[in-house]
Amino acid sequence: MTPTAVVGKAGALEQTSAMQQSEWVLPDRGRVGVLCLIVTEFAIFTIFVVAYIFYIGKSLTGPTPSQVLELPIWATICLLSSSITVAIAERALKANQIQRFKMWTGATILLGLEFLRNTAVEWRHLINDFHLTITTNLFGATFYSLVGLHASHVVIGLTLLLLTFTLGLRGSMQGQGRRFELLSWYWHFVDAVWVAVFTVVYVIGR
Amino acid sequence: MAATTHIPVGLPETEALSLPSKLHDWLVTVDHKRLGILYIGTALFFFAVAGVLAALMRWQLAYPNSTFLPPEVFNRLFTMHGTTMVFLVGMPFFAGLANYLTPLMIGSRDMAFPRLNAFGYWIFLMGGLLLYFSYIAGEGLAGHGTAPDVGWFAYAPLTERAFSRGTSTDYWILSIILTGIGTTASAINVVATVISMRCKGMTLGRMPLFVWLMLVVSSMVLFILPPLTAGQIMLLLDRYLGAHFFDTQAGGSAVLWQHFFWLFGHPEVYVLMLPGFACASEIIPVFSRKPMFGRAAMIGATIGIGMLSSGVWAHHMFAVGMTTSSNIYFAVASMAVGIPTGIKIFNWLGTMYGGKIRFDTPMLFCIGFLFQFLIAGLTGVMLAVAPFDWQVTDSYFVVAHFHYVLLGGLMFTLFGSLYYWFPKATGKMLNETLGKWHFWLLVIGFHLTFDTLHFAGILGMPRRIYTYAPGRGWEALNLIASIGVIFQAAGVACLVWNIVRTLRKGEPAGNDPWDAWTLEWATTSPPPEYNFAVLPEVRSSRPLWDLKHPEDPDWRYE
Repeated sequence: MTPTAVVGKAGALEQTSAMQQSEWVLPDRGRVGVLCLIVTEFAIFTIFVVAYIFYIGKSLTGPTPSQVLELPIWATICLLSSSITVAIAERALKANQIQRFKMWTGATILLGLEFLRNTAVEWRHLINDFHLTITTNLFGATFYSLVGLHASHVVIGLTLLLLTFTLGLRGSMQGQGRRFELLSWYWHFVDAVWVAVFTVVYVIGR
Repeated sequence: MAATTHIPVGLPETEALSLPSKLHDWLVTVDHKRLGILYIGTALFFFAVAGVLAALMRWQLAYPNSTFLPPEVFNRLFTMHGTTMVFLVGMPFFAGLANYLTPLMIGSRDMAFPRLNAFGYWIFLMGGLLLYFSYIAGEGLAGHGTAPDVGWFAYAPLTERAFSRGTSTDYWILSIILTGIGTTASAINVVATVISMRCKGMTLGRMPLFVWLMLVVSSMVLFILPPLTAGQIMLLLDRYLGAHFFDTQAGGSAVLWQHFFWLFGHPEVYVLMLPGFACASEIIPVFSRKPMFGRAAMIGATIGIGMLSSGVWAHHMFAVGMTTSSNIYFAVASMAVGIPTGIKIFNWLGTMYGGKIRFDTPMLFCIGFLFQFLIAGLTGVMLAVAPFDWQVTDSYFVVAHFHYVLLGGLMFTLFGSLYYWFPKATGKMLNETLGKWHFWLLVIGFHLTFDTLHFAGILGMPRRIYTYAPGRGWEALNLIASIGVIFQAAGVACLVWNIVRTLRKGEPAGNDPWDAWTLEWATTSPPPEYNFAVLPEVRSSRPLWDLKHPEDPDWRYE
């Protein structure tokens, strides 16, 4: 049997099939890919969170979380509302409203930067005033690595947002709604992780 | 479409390219088939390297009080052997097979993300080379040129800076993080390909078992690699920034690393093993001339293994001193893995039962796999019994057990798959006679080496010792085990010679040499860059059977 005949017959066989009429639609590969990436990143965060919880209260020396940590309410408001602004930007891009897209992406970037500024101020406060560094005790080691891992993800997300913003300014974001949606998923993921970090570090661990 | 439609399956041969442009084509390729071949070629290369390391260790252990190797060299050998076999042989074999075959089997032109695919391969290769670069640049207690010597699981706090000076341990950490990035890229790619790139009519229920198992493996990789990567990042933070994750003097835990490592390490065994199952599940039906027995049960059992495997990790830690309730839980959970695995063995046996079995080389390897994997599973159940494990923990019984799994089980199916799909990838048949020599030499060598090591373990021989005193009853067993290596090496030499010879002057294979049923055999051998000129449409789990037997197609019964 020749392959030509094989593949040829495949087409022929199908003629009798009712399947030809029905649509054959599979999930978008980009969405599946980004979901997989989010799953695997989520697992990495889980391990750092587990390590944080495991070491709560096990530091041999101070300072302890209750002595030095304050609830980062303003930073949390900024980051969580940036999820809303990025969603508005995504809708605007899909509706081909480039001005609105640029405005809301810009707002998202500003909110993300404000979050990072808050983290920087918090860390400077901890390091200068309380002498808490990654080497001080178990609290320092787990705190800086977990919050730092999250902050580095914010930086990655901001870099990508800045890229799309620049492309938007240059007028080459038209029709990229699907790709921007994938980026917005990543940004939502970074926000969701912050909810977990906030709960574990600032509520449970304090 | 008319019934007589002829579809060209290959373009005319392009003119012979010069060597530099050929090399350039391989360097910049994003074709899933080429990347698959690169992965498998690299895996075979590292298999040979790690085999040489193993042979050196067996030579050292053949006689008591041997001075062939100094102890510090021995430590590096078992570290590099284990690390290489897991991360640079098993994982790229999975990635290579999945890359080469998945798109062909589901009737697609490429993977979902071809460039990510190329990135994954090259970053993996970088990791592999970095690991071996430590033999030149690594520094440790023994000075320059020190490869990692901390065992493939690099237990912290022994890998903390205080105990592992120099950079050799960092080579282990960084190169494994790199290969992990590559493997994650592959896994994301496989999942997206299987979910989003199937040809018309290829429902999940009709998908070849190979693809199903690769989907499960890839999904597992997404969950199980992060514990290792996260643990390695913590270890790096400890070593370079002075954090205290595994620092017992600052209140850190000496056991946390073990939990993180085995949370990766145990599911990893199934990630390595399931691609072997995937190959066996394609080869055994074709050579038994019967469809797979209990297809749905096979898929269910695979998913069951995937889920169970993540809840059994601490059976590697019975000797650490966990609570009794933990010991009981992990013992029972580990034994429970035997149930889906047993279902699979019966699936394969049921497929062979009453079949017209053809004993070609791929099938021989799969039959060898069935016997050996059964024994590996039985010793696995023994080791799951915590009190028994306390007796033989860190002994050669454990070494023999997991070599039965990984060599007797995994490598046998991978060799079988090599003979099975080599004609597809190159268009030439591997020589049957040499294949049978390969099989029998490997079987004899494997059993000489690893059957005897079970007994050495029960007699109390610990793992990772570089030599031993005479008079403990281990001498004969060790000598026999080392003699087995000669047979195994001769078997692998047959394979190498077979490949070289076949590539130079092998018999043309034709498109479908085994009279098989999955879509990869519907295209030419080797397949054109675009795989299928016209994307196929399928109506059953054996599309080629339907085409060859229009009078009695499978879809009537499914």
